[in-house]
Amino acid sequence: MQDLDISILFKGINFLRLLGGLWVTVRISLIAVGLSIPLGILFGMFMTLKNPIAKGISRIYLDFVRIMPQLVLLFLVYFGLTRAFGWNLSNEASAILVFTFWGTAEMGDLVRGALISIPRHQYDSAAALGFTKMQTFYYIIVPQTFRRLLPLAINLTTRMIKTTSLVVLIGMVEVLKVGQQIIDANRFDYPNAALWIYGVVFLLYFFVCWPISLIARKLEERWR
Amino acid sequence: MEFLAQWLDVDFMARFAPMYVKAAGVTITIAFWGILFSLIVGFLCATVQYYRIPILKQMVSVYIELSRNTPLLVQLFFLYFGLPKVGIVWSAEVCAIVGLTFLGGSYMAEAFRSGLESVEKIQMESAISLGFSPWQAMREIIFPQALAVSIPALCANVIFLIKETSVVSGIALADLMYVAKDLIGIYYQTDEALLMLVLAYLVLLLPISILATLLERRLRYAGFGH
Repeated sequence: MQDLDISILFKGINFLRLLGGLWVTVRISLIAVGLSIPLGILFGMFMTLKNPIAKGISRIYLDFVRIMPQLVLLFLVYFGLTRAFGWNLSNEASAILVFTFWGTAEMGDLVRGALISIPRHQYDSAAALGFTKMQTFYYIIVPQTFRRLLPLAINLTTRMIKTTSLVVLIGMVEVLKVGQQIIDANRFDYPNAALWIYGVVFLLYFFVCWPISLIARKLEERWR
Repeated sequence: MEFLAQWLDVDFMARFAPMYVKAAGVTITIAFWGILFSLIVGFLCATVQYYRIPILKQMVSVYIELSRNTPLLVQLFFLYFGLPKVGIVWSAEVCAIVGLTFLGGSYMAEAFRSGLESVEKIQMESAISLGFSPWQAMREIIFPQALAVSIPALCANVIFLIKETSVVSGIALADLMYVAKDLIGIYYQTDEALLMLVLAYLVLLLPISILATLLERRLRYAGFGH
């Protein structure tokens, strides 16, 4: 029986529908990553400030995001903001907001790590050679941090893609939901569809995230 | 209290606090077993990789790639809705623990592996030349140093896995997320339900996070020669 039910994938446009569902989550993560990277760079620079107030704010922001499960953040924005401020955000907008909020904190911490890993003498030498602060940053610090940062930023993208699977729990129709719909619609003709559909969803995620992880690993090895 | 009562329905919160405590119990139970088994699986995988045991080594690599590149929610859906079709019927609790172990095992393996790799090969060779057996050298010399290096990553994984348990509400386990969602759905007391949810996770995770930071600071002396 189970061998026959695999054919549900090729019935009609089922497989394309699953891919469409996957695109929903991948699109959210790409938008969120696209927003998180510039914001994270700014936040990372903000975190290296010596000012105690700046330190306090970034500490609280980072710790809150680190401690709260992403699903809790999604609930807070999707249900909480509507209630508190009357903002009626769609589930997609809430998801983008939450993942950008989360991604900015994570990216900021990576940027901070990369920035403080540049030894003090690099700044001093640049100053001794007559570079202005801006020039030091642009010609000396940024190129070095970029190499450390890029593999980590790519890894953040795979984490983002994996985590966006949660949006099904705030009612978005993404790949798991589409899978569920296909299973429910074919309950009598294909009683074992769940095995194949969820198995394929599992592999779809794998084949999206795996190549990205490989690229990150290769870059990390080459630039070490 | 007066001030709070203007904004929040304190009676409601008091009435449903026991539900959160019970739900926190579910979260803790699943996290506890998931983390324990993850540590065991991770340790075994790291050992296989360290000693480069043929065949097993390749299997471990495939497992690690599969586990690290797929979301827990999808793993759980497969375990909970997919596997019964081939006659493997597990309760939601078992699925959650198996899923968490499948996910966490690879993260723990990476943590142990980076620790073991940080101890130079020469230490093993020196120990053997001093008359230690390979097992003794591992237990007395390599492992303690490797563990000290692994601790920060292991702690980060513990926090990560506790956070990940929030996903089990997706397969109808009555954890903290599930209770909050229920209360919002039934009573529309969104502010109170969400506030208690945030507080519950803070109470669970803040002490662990602080403990991890302290432990990390305390173990920093362990880096040999730094």
